Amino acid sequence: MRRAVVTAAATTAGVVLLLSLKPHTGQGGAATRPISSDPGAAAAEPPSTASTAGPSAAAGPSSGAAPSSAAPATATRSITGDAADTRYGPVQVKVTLAGARITRIDVLRYPNDSGRDRSISGYALPQLNQEAIAAQSADIDVVSGASYTSDGYTRSLQSALDKAHA
Amino acid sequence: MSAAQPLRHTEHVMGTVFSFAVRDPGPGTAAALERITARLHRIDAVFSPYRPDSQVSRLGRGELALDACDLEVAEVLRQCRRVAEETGGHFTDHPAGRLDPSGWVKGWAVEEASRELRAAGSVQHCVSGGGDVQTVGGPWRVGVADPLRPGALATVLTGHDLAVATSGTAERGAHIHDPRTGRPATGLASLTLVGSRIADTDAYATAAFAMGPDRALAWIAARPGLEALAILPTGERRTTPGFPGPAAA
Repeated sequence: MRRAVVTAAATTAGVVLLLSLKPHTGQGGAATRPISSDPGAAAAEPPSTASTAGPSAAAGPSSGAAPSSAAPATATRSITGDAADTRYGPVQVKVTLAGARITRIDVLRYPNDSGRDRSISGYALPQLNQEAIAAQSADIDVVSGASYTSDGYTRSLQSALDKAHA
Repeated sequence: MSAAQPLRHTEHVMGTVFSFAVRDPGPGTAAALERITARLHRIDAVFSPYRPDSQVSRLGRGELALDACDLEVAEVLRQCRRVAEETGGHFTDHPAGRLDPSGWVKGWAVEEASRELRAAGSVQHCVSGGGDVQTVGGPWRVGVADPLRPGALATVLTGHDLAVATSGTAERGAHIHDPRTGRPATGLASLTLVGSRIADTDAYATAAFAMGPDRALAWIAARPGLEALAILPTGERRTTPGFPGPAAA
């Protein structure tokens, strides 16, 4: 449980970091339409539902992965992180887990005031979610890929892994 | 969570980041990691072609004799020559016309780091140097980055004592040139090799990437203990017959 909360906090921090890197105009408002990491999910799900999405959402973008040892029947639960206040507005995420594995991340609140906010949120937040799912739903220890530079590392899955377990 | 989380450490060195995960940390692990990181910084200081004052840079400019360099320099150059011979000239320690043994040094540094951890008693660890991975013990789950979908995985390899190296254009563009033509190699989006020791596996991945897909897969298939997954710029995937696990998209 504790780890899940930490993960939710880390994801929020990632969203905040991402937003803070982008130029913004206007004061941030908070959106109520959640962004989901589940590509099939309708984005109109009301926030703060204690959802019990089935574990079938676990595939994510890593569908080419070797079959993982069939996960034991584990309880699915979701945890809603505290809203983090940023200078652009509140950001809040909900993490759904099957056992210890993240199966879904919903961004419940995000800055949505200006047109620019909306386009950044619509593009950047789902992207971030996909990355989190790709690394964590596959339950990997390490990543092999084309050699990254020190800068490239900060955007890499390996960096996400190292941070998740630090 | 059944098993304890491994001890993790990251180190920015050699223009990239080394990541360590040790599942069986003991009283000597912290000291071993300190020795390893000191060694990695030393390797960078001696071998970096980006540092004008490194031994390799001075050797390349003719300002330093080989026998005035660390003993490891001659050994590294010997290994580069061996890989060049084995790969029919698709590997070089003079990639842009000047001395640069980086194609061997990073994988070798990962292998040396793993060796030092073993010497300190660890039989369960993995070390990644910028995406070139040596695992000891296991099973370890090694994700292979998808070169065409940033942030996603192409596949996951599970096994014991694996060395996994990927060459590709995803991070630094078409930076691998075929030493025989001087042209950038563009036939592959990425090439992942699975072997047992990362120094050779990494150098072979670089050389085979320069060969292009057909030649690379034939060359790798003919070498025992080495398998490959090739991802073409179109997304097509090809493997050697013994590549572990399903690789189909």
